[in-house]
Amino acid sequence: MTMAEMRRITLTVNGEAREAEVETRLTLADFLRRELGLTGTHLGCEHGVCGACTVLVDGRSARSCLMLAVQAEGAKVETVESLAAKDGALHPLQEAFRDHHGLQCGFCTPGMLMTLKELLADSPDPTEEEVRTAISGNLCRCTGYQGIVDAALDAARRIREGAS
Amino acid sequence: MKPPPFSYHAPESIEDTVGLLASLENAKLLAGGQSLMPMLNMRYAQPDHLIDLNRVDGLGFIREEAGGLTIGAMTRQREVEFSPLIDRLCPLLAEALPLIGHRQTRNRGTVGGSLAHSDGAAEIPTVAAALDATLTVIGPNGRRDVAYADFPAGYLMTALGWDELLVSIHLPAWGAGHGYAFEEFARRHGDFAIVSAAALIEAGADGTIARAALALGGMGAAPVRARKAEAALTGRPGGAETIQAAAEHCLGLEAQDDVHAPAAYRRKLAAVLARRALARAWERACARGGA
Repeated sequence: MTMAEMRRITLTVNGEAREAEVETRLTLADFLRRELGLTGTHLGCEHGVCGACTVLVDGRSARSCLMLAVQAEGAKVETVESLAAKDGALHPLQEAFRDHHGLQCGFCTPGMLMTLKELLADSPDPTEEEVRTAISGNLCRCTGYQGIVDAALDAARRIREGAS
Repeated sequence: MKPPPFSYHAPESIEDTVGLLASLENAKLLAGGQSLMPMLNMRYAQPDHLIDLNRVDGLGFIREEAGGLTIGAMTRQREVEFSPLIDRLCPLLAEALPLIGHRQTRNRGTVGGSLAHSDGAAEIPTVAAALDATLTVIGPNGRRDVAYADFPAGYLMTALGWDELLVSIHLPAWGAGHGYAFEEFARRHGDFAIVSAAALIEAGADGTIARAALALGGMGAAPVRARKAEAALTGRPGGAETIQAAAEHCLGLEAQDDVHAPAAYRRKLAAVLARRALARAWERACARGGA
């Protein structure tokens, strides 16, 4: 049995510089939740199927259960906690999810939101088909996807109108 | 803690990586992590050393070379998906890529990782089989090229030695006006295909099929070429009748039984998907400038 191997990492999480000493086998998801207390990132399957742990790494969606914390050395990581403003004002995606019944138990929501944040950055005016394809890697077991798709399309509209 | 304990290495050059492979016992290479990380989390894989390729210089590139496309092993699938070169040089790959997993897995997953993991139902290996790709690997004795046909060596096994690293894949381009199509059947979008079919056709001047390739994924431990179907296409007049007859040869292919589908179902599916892929490839070969 190999002894626990530790390594010091520095990275940016939600705009804040963070430094920590981590075991090399620690996943990024567990690092965010346990070491940084950012429990908004949820862990469902822990083998890359459910998408609940989706975060953005250097602006790209990734399953944080399939990355080691040491691999995020030097990276910019964004979690669901980065969406709402400091004063608590919700992100347009979060507002739209609330308005369209895009969540019930909320377990899949952080992953859905981060995946959709990437989609809307790439395609500000997506088709319904594009939204459905984008969230095909995020499993929801309670609301059904209709409310989520409606919310994503409405959020895209709100963000476009807000930007113009 | 999900993964078992291991010693972590993050080399920055190909030379250092090969050096580590030669000196460490029970080491595993970590590419995009979309297959190995689940295996570590479930403790199917228990390496003593994990060699992370994500910081190795010189493994991420896409370039036009020697009449085709050369892709570095650590190139992300999502980067290949949006490369302007693949539409021109390897449109078959362009059509197959969006079927691999999901955007989150393609952002991390690499071309070389998929090839080295060697799942018989994966899209990139099936494309490699259809195109007679060549893989370049490097080890303590230098570089060597391996024809894709000689690469898979059983379930999740390859011709890569324990001390070798996959560097790149070369996909030869077909003629400018060739037709191509990738078809697959999966239970849900992003799942591994139960069966997939990759077809390539070049039309002759007289309405015949000058050249054809057909590879099937999901039939067994590695993608297979349907040689009898290819022979039944080459030199024959293109069209529904020839294609139907050729696709039926897939009913005679070997196929695996597993929890997802029995072998007979896979053979049936292979014939249907082959017919659809060949029909679309022929249509494109005609539209893109052939017959």
